[in-house]
Order: sequence, then structure tokens, then C-alpha cells
Amino acid sequence: MRVGKWLDIGPVEQIEPGTARTLPVEGGEELAVFRTMRGDIFTIVNKCPHKQGPLSQGIVHGNVVACPLHNWNISLETGRALGGDDGCVPTIPTKVEGGRIFLLREAVLNPQVPADEAPKAAA
Amino acid sequence: MNVTVAPDMKGTTGVLSRGRKLVVIGNGMAGCRAVEEILSRDGTRFDVTIFGAEPRVNYNRIMLSPVLAGEKTFEEIVINGQDWYDDNHIQLVSGDPVVGIDRQQKHVITRSGRIENYDTLLIATGSDPFIIPVPGKDLDGVVTFRDLDDVDKMLTAAEKGGSAVVIGGGLLGLEAAHGLSLRGMDVTVVHLMPTLMERQLDEAAGYLLKHELESRNQTILTSANTKEIVGKDGKVSAVLLEDGTVIPADIVVMAAGIRPATGLAKEAGLDVERGILVDDHMVTSDPDILAVGECVQHRGLCYGLVAPLWDMCRSLADYATDTPSGYGGSVTSTKLKVSGIDLFSAGDFTSGEDCEDIVMRDASRGIYKRVVVKDNRIVGAVLYGDTADGNWYFDLLKKEEDISDIREALIFGQAFASGGASLDPNAAVAALSDDAEICGCNGVSKGQVVACISGGAHSLDTVRSGCKASASCGSCTGLVESLLALTLGEDAVESGPKTMCKCTSFTHDDVRARIVEKELKEIPQVMQELHWTTPDGCSSCRPALNYYLLCAWPGEYVDDQKSRFVNERLHANIQKDGTYSVVPRMWGGVTTPGELRAIADAADKYQARLVKVTGGQRIDLFGIKKEDLPGIWADLNAAGMVSGHAYGKSLRTVKTCVGSEWCRFGTQDSTGLGIKVERMTWGSWMPHKFKIAVSGCPRNCAEATIKDFGVVCVDSGYELHVGGNGGIHVRATDLLCKVETEAEAMEHCAAFIQLYREDARYLERTAPWIERKGLDWLKEALFSDPNTVKELARRFRYSQRFSQDDPWAQRAGGDRADLHSHLAEVRPLQIVSEVA
Repeated sequence: MRVGKWLDIGPVEQIEPGTARTLPVEGGEELAVFRTMRGDIFTIVNKCPHKQGPLSQGIVHGNVVACPLHNWNISLETGRALGGDDGCVPTIPTKVEGGRIFLLREAVLNPQVPADEAPKAAA
Repeated sequence: MNVTVAPDMKGTTGVLSRGRKLVVIGNGMAGCRAVEEILSRDGTRFDVTIFGAEPRVNYNRIMLSPVLAGEKTFEEIVINGQDWYDDNHIQLVSGDPVVGIDRQQKHVITRSGRIENYDTLLIATGSDPFIIPVPGKDLDGVVTFRDLDDVDKMLTAAEKGGSAVVIGGGLLGLEAAHGLSLRGMDVTVVHLMPTLMERQLDEAAGYLLKHELESRNQTILTSANTKEIVGKDGKVSAVLLEDGTVIPADIVVMAAGIRPATGLAKEAGLDVERGILVDDHMVTSDPDILAVGECVQHRGLCYGLVAPLWDMCRSLADYATDTPSGYGGSVTSTKLKVSGIDLFSAGDFTSGEDCEDIVMRDASRGIYKRVVVKDNRIVGAVLYGDTADGNWYFDLLKKEEDISDIREALIFGQAFASGGASLDPNAAVAALSDDAEICGCNGVSKGQVVACISGGAHSLDTVRSGCKASASCGSCTGLVESLLALTLGEDAVESGPKTMCKCTSFTHDDVRARIVEKELKEIPQVMQELHWTTPDGCSSCRPALNYYLLCAWPGEYVDDQKSRFVNERLHANIQKDGTYSVVPRMWGGVTTPGELRAIADAADKYQARLVKVTGGQRIDLFGIKKEDLPGIWADLNAAGMVSGHAYGKSLRTVKTCVGSEWCRFGTQDSTGLGIKVERMTWGSWMPHKFKIAVSGCPRNCAEATIKDFGVVCVDSGYELHVGGNGGIHVRATDLLCKVETEAEAMEHCAAFIQLYREDARYLERTAPWIERKGLDWLKEALFSDPNTVKELARRFRYSQRFSQDDPWAQRAGGDRADLHSHLAEVRPLQIVSEVA
């Protein structure tokens, strides 16, 4: 678990299982908070690495969301594009306590793709 | 955080030396097992006193379900009777719970004021049921399912019969429901999530379980949120759900989950997060205090099952007797204790990255097996209907064994994978005798399949049509494929028509036919019956299945919003920047000054960045934000306009010219007919988008001959054209027929649409559909029987009864507000907790 301060963004029931809702961040990137069919919560930046499609509006299957614009499949766990596609969207450390969702503050304010997930440099 | 005792303290002089006083808070499974483990190592080291809140000896709590169900008595589930306490000189104080721990004085205080000193304290307080915070939770008749008293309360209620509502469809809730049902009550299970036991089961297994329970006369409500427990004279009388449903209840069982019981530890100042923090030796932040069982948090995890408890107790006893071993955490598995239901679950089975699902389904025997493999190791398993191999998988999982050698046969179980059978599936099939049955559904032997292949069937599909093998449920598809490869050689096998997606070996047409034939009415049911090779489909088959079911069972099938693309979920067109475009319906392309004013006002109010006239004679407002959609729809609704469905696989527009009312060339009232046709067809879901036009004369100003259905009016009546589109490959329509009256034109339009809806594949427009099937086929299908047109039109009108609700009005009225708003409680600058 990463260290830092956590933001309370409200009860899990606000998100229907199998869908996502958006969380605008003042001065920052809009986030998408997902609740999977199994009830797990994931947060990623609401922007597909391909053409910036709003991932919050995609179809969720397992721990994966299909972007609504061009059907890229993005892992909710790592933010990485799956299949043959290359790209990665920042993930925000997220935890649930007492039925409420908490996000790691520093990641919310400054979401980053982990160094080893950064897009490969063009050859 | 973990607290560790300094290394030099371990196993030497020790905080825990001979003859010291051990006090145990909790007479449950963890507390007593810990004492048993210590005694088995060293019977004289401690003077033991155990405090229990319940007024009875130690019993097996997980067997309360069989007691409730009447399969066992309390005496049968006692683990340690009074003689155990006596024989081991253990003092049992039952029915007088500990209410405080004084760490300075090193003693505990009970409710009655008794004080007991300790050298070592063991906290084994277990967990408390989670009571959902709804009005009425304290009413008489609301019980939990935690101890024998709860069981007694349920049994007393069950004696009077009546109705029971169980809140929570997890392990505990379902076992309570099963018991109460066997005791003769009408049981309803209310579960918040869409899938029963969602932590342990996936959608497919949850669906099978739900149906089995329903067949046992339980009512199972999923995605159901309890709003209130309604009482009468202080006693529970009903449960009210968020959606307004009222379920009568004589007893309500709260089984929504458990929380570690950490109150005592927290008050004593021990480090507590979700549970009491312990290290690998079960030592808390106070070196004289140990904790074990469901009340603890170890390496970030809290456990609610019994197996981890045994592991913890062993490590605790090793430590307490100066031979520390260390607990490394547990991998858990679950079985449901409901007689006649075989269900097993272990590990992690969310379809994550780099994970591969191996799925086997046998619909005729009600079996679903799924093993999740990552890096050649099993990471999770869900079994339903046949759990014989559960422990084998669990063992492979725990030992992290490399399964690459037995991968092909893994899903068939231990006997097959390691019992000497060949691991090459083709070789196994080759070894079968000629009269061995390949297809159980249609009774086809290996010899018959091989004969069929030798007779010219060189693809799966031609074998299916030739000898019917694997043509029903599809579970023998793999065998047939092996036979094809064996008979023809791998390279000579022809691939048949494209399957629906990678999740199934069936084509779109096969799936549709079986939905109707087998009366399949839900997505998980289709996947089970047709042996889907994935647990819950993909973003390609889910929308298709949703459409096929919607088309096959109008008024009956409940649309699955999660299986719809965003446009059809939000009733607007998503644009590349994530905003939406909004197109109000204009019947036949006709509008009024009032409507135009309302559209202009809406465009201003919601700051539409572009207002554009579409090719289908509508006005499109671009750049509308998701949050503003219900508002703009409300405004447009107020002016009398409804959704234009410019976003859907549905009827889009009916384009018209002005016709005989105004035009000097017009032969019929094309505008009037267009409006009538649009009134009849709007709101209908289709395999793909569908466009109509009505031109008043052969000059064809409405461009009816590049539409899915086009009417060209002539002096003597109406020419009906089909199968046109613009798009990448422009296709002009084929002339279907000519009719004399408006009513006939309408009837044919409805019939053609219904045939397209029932026959075309999802995402196939009319043009490729007709190219594929042929115009002759179409005419034959519509006209060979004089009643067909009438019957198709009837079916279309019937299904329209359920689809002509304006989706905008529903949303503008507040329906599904969650889809259009950001998370409601954003408090971006408030810091709530801090992790050191």
C-alpha cells in the first residue's frame, strides 16, 4: 500500500456494479471510478491512451474496460492497454473502508504512469 | 504495520514462561483451538482461563447452518464439552463477557465486575455481524446469524411459519435462507449485488446457483437495495426496497457481512485498523497480548473463514511454546453448505491481465467449471455442479505448481489429467471405439461422425448440418474438431462461417436459433446452455446477445444496460471529445416554429457548440455535456419533442419530401405517410441502424432508393424498395413489390422490419443482409405464404408496445441520474485517514 493521505469520495453504493462514474479534479485530470461486477473498486484517469476517449463510458468485463470510442481494452488494475495495443493510463491507488471509497491524494492531484509502464519510445 | 518482538526475546527467556497465567477472551473456535494447540505442545506451561460471552461450551460455529436446517443437533456440533475444560484444568467463565482490558495492571474486567490477572492475554473475539444502517434495524424480529441464540430465534419464528427475508446473498445468508426454507418458511433473499456470493462466484456460477435456489421455491432478488425494515407494533412486518417493492416478513435475518470485533482492543489502545494488527506470530502491538481469528488483521488481510484460523493457531502455539514458526497468510477456498448444491471457489478469478480462463460447461448436467491460469499456475477456480476436483485444483493453487504439462486436460479433472490418459486430445479421441458416443444430445457415434467427414463434410459447420454432431448444445465441439483433424489432417480442415466471437463456437445464426428453440431468456443462461468458453462474454457478444434476447422475448426480457454501448445507454451520440450530440425527433422531418424556438433556446442554454442539419432532416446539437443531458431533454420534452434515436441500432429517421400536398409533381401524400410510418416504427431496436424515406414521386427527392426501406409514390400506388444505404459501399435499393394503399405500404414496412430484426445478424445492415441472403430468398420469405406479411407485422407491432417509451422522458424525470452526474460526494481537500 502506498503511503500518503487519502481522500474520501463517498459510499461505494453510488456506483452501480459493472459501471463507472466520473470524478472531476479541479486543475487536474478527470478520473473514472469503476465498480466491477464482483464489487471491486478501481480508479483510472478517464482518458484512453489511444484517442482520449472517456473510459468511464465503456463496457466493463471482468477487470477490463472497453473504450467507447474505438474499443481498446484497458486493464483497470494496471491501466495498460491489452491485446495488441500499446499504451497506458495512470491508475490511482484506491481502497474501500467502512463502505466508503478512498483515493490516494497525491495520485489524484498528480496522476502518473509508472516508469515501467510508460509508452515505448518510437523506434 | 506489523509489530515484532525483538529477536533476542524469541524462543529464549520469553515473555511466555512456564506456569504463567494465560487469559483467553473468546470461547469460540479460534480461542479454543489456540488453547488446544498450546496444550498439545506443552500441557503445563500455562494456567488457562477462558471467557466466553455465550453461556455454553465451545462449539463448531460453522455447523450452525446444519443445525438451523435440522440436519444436526447442538450436541453434535460441540467441539469441547465441559470434560475437556475439567481435564485440562481450564477455567471457563461463560456468559460473563469481558468488558475491559487494563494493560497497566495486566488484568481484564468482566461485565459482572470480576477481575482476572494475566501474564499473557489472548484476544479471540471473532467478528460481529454487520447491521446495515436502515430504519427499522432494531425492530423485534430482526436477527443476525452468528450464534446459537440466533438459531433459536430463527427456529422459534419458523415454527409459526410465514415469511422470512434474508438480507445478504453471501455464504451465510444463503445458508440461513436454506435452513428457514427447509423449516417451512417462505424465504426471500435480498442481495445488493447482481451476483449471489459475488466474492466467491462469477456471474455464470452465480446464475446457476440462483436458478437452483429458485427451483427450491426461494425468491432471490439481486441488485436489490434495502431501504427500510417496516414494523408494526414494534415488530417487523415487511422489508421495503429502494425500488418500492414491499416484501412481507415475519422475521428478517441480517446477513450482510461481518466486521472484526475490535472494540476491546481499540479501547485498550492496541493498534487496530480493520482488525487488530498482528505480526506473523499473532502478537499485537503489546508484546503481552496475542490475538487470533476473525478479529485480527495480518499483512493487511482479515479472514472470515475457518481454514486460516487453524494456520494462525498453529503459529501462535509455536510461538507461545518458544518454537516460533511464523504465519505467512492463507489462501482460502469456499464451499456452500446447502445440501444438494455442489459449489466450490478458491483464489482469484477476476479476469485480470495476463490471466487465461479455461472454461468447461455441460448444460445437460448443470456443470460449470472455470480455472484461471496465470504464468502457467492456477490462481483461481470456480466449480459448480461437480466439485470433485475442487481440492485438487486448490492444492495445485496453494503449491503454485506449474501446470503447463497437464494444461490441455486440466479442466477435465485430476482423473483425466493425471490418470494415465493421453494428454493429446486428438490421441485420446483416436483411441475411442467407433461406436463411442460423441454427441449426447443427438446420439451420434464416432463412426457416424467419421463417415460424415469422409463423405465430404470438411468443416465443423458441415459436420453439424450433416450428422447433427455438436449441433445442439455444442459441448462436444472439441471432440468433433479432433475427429476432423484426425480424419483429414490438421491442414485440410476448413473453417466454417465465422463464429459470433471468440467466446463461442457457434455462429450468430446458431445462437439466435437456439435462443428461440431452447427458450433461453437471460444472457448467463445462453452462455451456460451454449457452452461459452469465457465466464461472462466480451464487449462483442454481450451487446449481440442482449439484442437477440430483446428481439426474441419482447415484453419479457429485461434489457441489460451494462451490455449496451455508451450511446444506447446515454441516449445520445458520444463525440471524439467525450461530449454528446442531441437530436430531437421530427416526425417525417416536419417541425414547427414552436419546436424550433425550443431547440434554439436549448442550444443557447446548454451552450451547444454547433447546430447542424443532418442528412436525415433533423437538427443536431453538438457539444452537450453528459451532466446536461437530462436537462436539455426535459426542455425538449416540454416542447413536445422526444428522443430522435440518432444514437441507436434502431429506427433512425423517416425522411420525406413535401408530396402531393404542396408539390406540383407529387402523386401521394408522402409527408403524411412518412409521419405515420415514423409513428409506427420509432423506438424499435434493430440489428443495426435503420433508415426510411418516402418520396412523393419517382423524382425521389427524399432519396428513398438508398434507404433500408424506401417508399416511392406513383400515381397507381406505392413502390416499396429495400436494402439501400449510403456509407462506404453505396447500394441502391432493390424493388420489393408495389402496393396500392397506404395501409398496405405500412403493413409491408412493418413486416420487412420484423423479418430483418429476426433474421439479420447483430451489426449487419439491410444491404449486406440482403446481399448475403439474396432478393429471391427475401421475396420467398415474405410472400410465399399469404399470411406471412400479416403475421410479421403483428409481431412487430406487439414488440413495439414495449419499446415506444421515450427514454429521454424517463431520464429527464430523474431515472438513472447516476449515469449523468459525477460522483455525488466529492470532497477533494478533506483528508480522512493517514497511513503511517
